[in-house]
Amino acid sequence: MKIGYFTERPYRWLPEEEILKNHAFFAVSNRFYDRDKAADDYNYYLDENCYAEELGFDLVALNEHHGNPFCMGSVMNVEAAILAKMTKRVKIVLIGNPLPVIKHPLRMAEELAEIDLISRGRLITGWVRGAGSEQFFNNANPAYNREMFNEAHDFIVQAWTRPGPWRYEGKHFHYRHVNPWALPYQKPHPPMWIPGVISPETVKWCAEHRYPYIGLGTMLGPTCDLWDYYADEAAKQGYQASSENFGYLIPTVVAETEDKANAIAENFVYGGGQNAFSAPEYTMPPGYNSKAAIRALAKQPTGSWLGVSGEKMAQQMHGREAESVDYKEVHRKLVAGLDKVKRNYQVIAGTPKTVIPKIKAILNILRPGVFIMFSVQGPVSNEDRMASMRLFAQEVMPALHEHAKAIDLRDPFQRTPGSVALSAGVSRAPVSDRSPLKELGLR
Amino acid sequence: MTNWTLETVKAAGAELAMIKGGSGKPLLIFHDELGFPGWMTWNESFAHERTLLIPLQPGFGKTSRIDWIMNYRDLGGFYSQVLHEMRLDPVDVIGFSAGGFIAAEMVAADPKIFSHMVLVAPMGIKPAQGEIMDMFALTIRHHLRATVADPEGTPEFAKIYGGQMTPEQFEAFEDARSETARIGWEPYMHDPSLPYLLRGVKTPTLLVWGTRDGVVPRGCVEAYKNVLTGAVVAQIEGAGHRPEIENSVEFERVVRNFLAA
Repeated sequence: MKIGYFTERPYRWLPEEEILKNHAFFAVSNRFYDRDKAADDYNYYLDENCYAEELGFDLVALNEHHGNPFCMGSVMNVEAAILAKMTKRVKIVLIGNPLPVIKHPLRMAEELAEIDLISRGRLITGWVRGAGSEQFFNNANPAYNREMFNEAHDFIVQAWTRPGPWRYEGKHFHYRHVNPWALPYQKPHPPMWIPGVISPETVKWCAEHRYPYIGLGTMLGPTCDLWDYYADEAAKQGYQASSENFGYLIPTVVAETEDKANAIAENFVYGGGQNAFSAPEYTMPPGYNSKAAIRALAKQPTGSWLGVSGEKMAQQMHGREAESVDYKEVHRKLVAGLDKVKRNYQVIAGTPKTVIPKIKAILNILRPGVFIMFSVQGPVSNEDRMASMRLFAQEVMPALHEHAKAIDLRDPFQRTPGSVALSAGVSRAPVSDRSPLKELGLR
Repeated sequence: MTNWTLETVKAAGAELAMIKGGSGKPLLIFHDELGFPGWMTWNESFAHERTLLIPLQPGFGKTSRIDWIMNYRDLGGFYSQVLHEMRLDPVDVIGFSAGGFIAAEMVAADPKIFSHMVLVAPMGIKPAQGEIMDMFALTIRHHLRATVADPEGTPEFAKIYGGQMTPEQFEAFEDARSETARIGWEPYMHDPSLPYLLRGVKTPTLLVWGTRDGVVPRGCVEAYKNVLTGAVVAQIEGAGHRPEIENSVEFERVVRNFLAA
């Protein structure tokens, strides 16, 4: 199993009340942007990723969001390119480039090839559709999101593998001269991992392409459902899915004491946390979701979905007006709600001693070949962030590696995803173990 | 109450769902970007003297999406083929909002396709002043409420949205908005070349606009008036984007007078 480090690179200097007043991070005015603090933090986060390498993490992950102080990674490939030069050993995992939003797959092919070359073959490229708000920011037609994703992906693979020059006239992209003189170091091309939340269509596509699927902190029970869906599709493709096909990323804080860990973990709900990433109208633009997803949403607008809380979705449908707000009370409620999130194993916080069994439980259930620690959001000091990384790396990681070996969790480098053939007529093996869910009090 | 029916018309290579009701000379109606809102008082009134033909736009839930239609000009071309095959043209038309955009594209390509054209708060031309409301940056609830000046004071608005939505209604509205996004995303709900293609079109045109329209600004109406020879404007005081239900009496009066001219 490979263990990675990830941070959203949050903009840490925005007063929480501004986010709460806006009901979301996306669309908070950039008049609050401080260039000096931002410059400090871009440099700090790059150093932090180098620190992750120094501590022994196998990989560092980067993501991209636009117009959103939740994440400073507006142009993730720039950071990846810098890390390609600054680091020597870690894999650089992109989770991922939002293909339909960037709308220029040839440029993407060139950028990623340069990163792979500079890093001498340490790039793992990942693709996403882009959150709803990215469509707005980049003016990408949400109704063509999935088509553009598929076409861009197919084009990039060709651009990397088919000798040029050649010409391309697609539905959404047109290139009259494809002959990039930046081709990836890795052959035939860098591995591709696909991060996701709940989309069955993405899971199906992933399984068809034999790409590992990285679950982004989804609840354990539904994640098992997604894994089963992937494995069923894999069986149709003639292979047995296993740990090398799955990865899991989870918010994690480690500190010297439980109290300190819990205090730092409160920052996962700073400003409303993931559930306040963007308001419903930006999260679910028309045409972005499949008909099946819309039908499901219409029938069951409860629970968090694509980062929109059930309460907000109900407001969207049933028209409850926003009440006047006591932001201090909102903050208290957010923090109070964190207990349930922790009980659901969607935030892991504690000392190394208490964190280890929690993550082991996740590994037992989901059996991922890749585990990624998602570092804390909000205005947390550099010292506390790095202390959490250090405690995790030095005291938690060895135990996790040992446990992963004991339960035979192989990563995509130990066993090629999709390489285990499944004979016709033979039922596939399970890919997760739900039996611990009940004793953990989870579905 | 008129017995209107939902029929399927096979034309232009598609199976087009169409509401048909009333008796008399055909009157073609293009619904807006949220879909057919239901049979309203004004429909009932006109149905006594006209046969109302209301195609349900491809991709809005009743007529299957047509993939080759990628913008409003394509959609206009599709409907033109339908009219030719049904031998309906020239026909009188009322186009509401994005439905007005469709009609404008059709008449730009063939000024003889319509004998009278009523454009109610039409999208399709970028206004020199003001902006067409970005409906995609709103939830469906806010979008709906923005279409009338006084939701609580417009009884027929409750037929469209009464504060709650069934799952089926939510799905239907999302279908409509998804398809509208697909063909109208960029340039947003207008075509830069449309005003040029409309130059010199002499099709008798009535432009109707509510003075409290929060969706389509007066500038859009001005833009159409500037290029359509002889176009006349009827402003309905106090109405929003749905003057046909916000002041159906005045709406019927101006439209009926125009169609009779």
